[in-house]
Amino acid sequence: MIETLENFANHYNFFITIFLMISGLFIVIARGNLIKKLIGLSLFQTSVYLLYLTPAKILNATAPIYDKQYSTYSNPLPHVLMLTAIVVGVATFALGLALVVRIKEAYGTIEEDEIFAKDPEAE
Amino acid sequence: MRLDLILRVGAKLILPFILLFALYVQFHGDYGPGGGFQAGVISAGMVILFAIIFGVRAAKHVAPPRVVEMMVPGGVLIFAGTGVVSMLLGYNFLDYTGFAHEFLHAHEWGILIVEIGVLVTVCGTMIAMFYAFVERGRT
Amino acid sequence: MSSLSWGTAEPHLPILLVVVPLFGALLVTFLRRGILAWALTLAVTFVLPLIAISLLAKVLQTGQPIIYEIGNWPAPIGIVYKVDQLAAYVLCVISMIGAVIMPFARRSIAAEIQEPAQSWYYAMYLLCLTGLLGIVITGDAFNAFVFLEISSLATYVLIALGRHRRALLSAYQYLIMGTIGATLYIIGVGLLYVVTGTLNFDDIATRLGPAIADPGYRNAVLTALGFIFVGVSLKLALFPMHVWLPNAYAYAPSVATAFLAGTATKAAIYLFIRVIFSVFGIALAIDSLPIPLVLIILSIAAMFLASFSAVFEENAKRMLAYSSIAQVGYIMLGIALANEASLTGSLAHIANHAVMKTALFLALGAVFYRIGSVMYDDMAGIGRKMPLTMGAFAVAGIGLMGTPGTAGFISKWYLGIGAIDAGHYSIVFMIVASSLISVIYIGRITEVVWFRAPSESAKTAKEAPLSMLIPLWLLAGATVYLGFDTQATVDVSAKAAEVLLGGIR
Repeated sequence: MIETLENFANHYNFFITIFLMISGLFIVIARGNLIKKLIGLSLFQTSVYLLYLTPAKILNATAPIYDKQYSTYSNPLPHVLMLTAIVVGVATFALGLALVVRIKEAYGTIEEDEIFAKDPEAE
Repeated sequence: MRLDLILRVGAKLILPFILLFALYVQFHGDYGPGGGFQAGVISAGMVILFAIIFGVRAAKHVAPPRVVEMMVPGGVLIFAGTGVVSMLLGYNFLDYTGFAHEFLHAHEWGILIVEIGVLVTVCGTMIAMFYAFVERGRT
Repeated sequence: MSSLSWGTAEPHLPILLVVVPLFGALLVTFLRRGILAWALTLAVTFVLPLIAISLLAKVLQTGQPIIYEIGNWPAPIGIVYKVDQLAAYVLCVISMIGAVIMPFARRSIAAEIQEPAQSWYYAMYLLCLTGLLGIVITGDAFNAFVFLEISSLATYVLIALGRHRRALLSAYQYLIMGTIGATLYIIGVGLLYVVTGTLNFDDIATRLGPAIADPGYRNAVLTALGFIFVGVSLKLALFPMHVWLPNAYAYAPSVATAFLAGTATKAAIYLFIRVIFSVFGIALAIDSLPIPLVLIILSIAAMFLASFSAVFEENAKRMLAYSSIAQVGYIMLGIALANEASLTGSLAHIANHAVMKTALFLALGAVFYRIGSVMYDDMAGIGRKMPLTMGAFAVAGIGLMGTPGTAGFISKWYLGIGAIDAGHYSIVFMIVASSLISVIYIGRITEVVWFRAPSESAKTAKEAPLSMLIPLWLLAGATVYLGFDTQATVDVSAKAAEVLLGGIR
């Protein structure tokens, strides 16, 4: 019991990652509002950032900026990768929102069921 | 908003320092947290704050939409152009060795130019996105 | 300038294949007039096949992959581009399809998209091409993700530029599905990175061997395989994950549909092959998860269920979209059987299907240009008014069925041999049976366009202009040509298959 709890506490960031992943995916699937879906998608992508950044952290290490005083640095590569992933995520989110704005103008609503009610063939 | 004296004067005071901070972040990026991405967002933030306080029309006077639209591909052109220049100098794509007499200096130069490209694109994209969304539903 | 001669440009060809369309896309955005944007795009897309072909020739000649180190940083540290037989072959397919569509695009785009958006369309077209070529050429797992997203984001815009308001909705749905797919892929890559500490495909492959022996890492590797499998399958529209595709293809502008049908799923299939064979193949015998079995079941389901949907479709573009899903099923079936003949068939079908499906969609684009609709009711009797267009459609359609003497037959033949080699005689029967369904859906539209009384819109229709007919007949001719001269597709595919399977045995 204690061991399980300890295991849990030691790996809490992985559990947060999994929680974000699942809840993001759930929102995408379960919500009918197009903007809420995008928020879920964003949450889903956020879990990836945490997944990558967790192993990059090295205990007692500094930021990866070269200085003679320090010898251990955190791994900078995952941070760079995630900077790229964040840019991709922002671009996707912005494009998605732009599409939602256009959908709102075309259909007059951003609720999925109302759109399908107006345009049954779109489903 | 026209009458809100404190906001307008306060914003006018802050705006130049935001831009200054953006430039600090930009050029301090090689020895400390920062770089073109953050600087681009900060400088775009300046324009957006300006637009919120003084109106979008005034902001478009400062940063015309045509220019903003050209900044987006323009920055990428600077970035990719750096790579092409390094190819013309006889090195691999994005190998900055040819930019100066020795390796480290050359790479500092290369990254500096690339970061300027990033600044231009990010700043342009942020402002363009703001313009695109803020105008919807008005007309 | 002597520095621009062929000798100095030659080592840089791999990066030029990505940089040239990228620069094209950027410069196109500066051009406001649609015709200027088109001219520049045309020039750029015609340079790319030349580069791709010379890469393929060099790889075939030396037998060694071409490695290009970006920034001169060697493999595990920096990003490298790697062109082997398979990559060079897929690069040729994608760049040629991208080029052959462009002469067609001018009039079609001018009719379907308003002037200010036209140059944006061409910019997105080139950006999408950049991304697709990048996926294929890169030797870095994360770089592949970035290119995947570049091409996807451009694709969403291409689809959203369609005239109908449903285009927006399909683009949105594709955005959701596509992003989930790409994110699943990147989660898998992240797990691999945690296990191996590298992102280079070859480097991961060599380090996975020792890692998989460690029971602590084994589960992480298998989880990564699962994530990547599902993520890439979403992108390539494997059967139950295909729901985004029919609407996306149906409501995108005609040229965009033709381009995406020919290239987008192909690049994703390439990524799938790369990861499964080159990365995982070496480390774990593929059967540690029942991946081949799952793939076979899903592919056969795709071949039948998607074909059935195509039979009952009333919209010609949607019909062909469902047929695309079925064809992806054939390609994935060959990959799942994983022997030399079946893999040769799959790889050959990548090119053959790209040629045939692009021809079919271009023909529909020409019809849409003349009568503004691709519904069966409006297309009735159009064959008599546009015989050349619908003639090309019929030729490509016959190829799609897999009739002997056409490209489609060649790939299905090798798939059949592969199934026999693998001992699955029932699969041969299923390949034939699902081809018979394709006879029904192609036959149905043929009946509509040739034998029915002309509809109101078909009565006034004229033959498509020459700029549309030339690319169309080029592709229709290629369908027949590739059915006889198999040197370009099968021989190269066989070599690539040999290399891919070399790692497993």
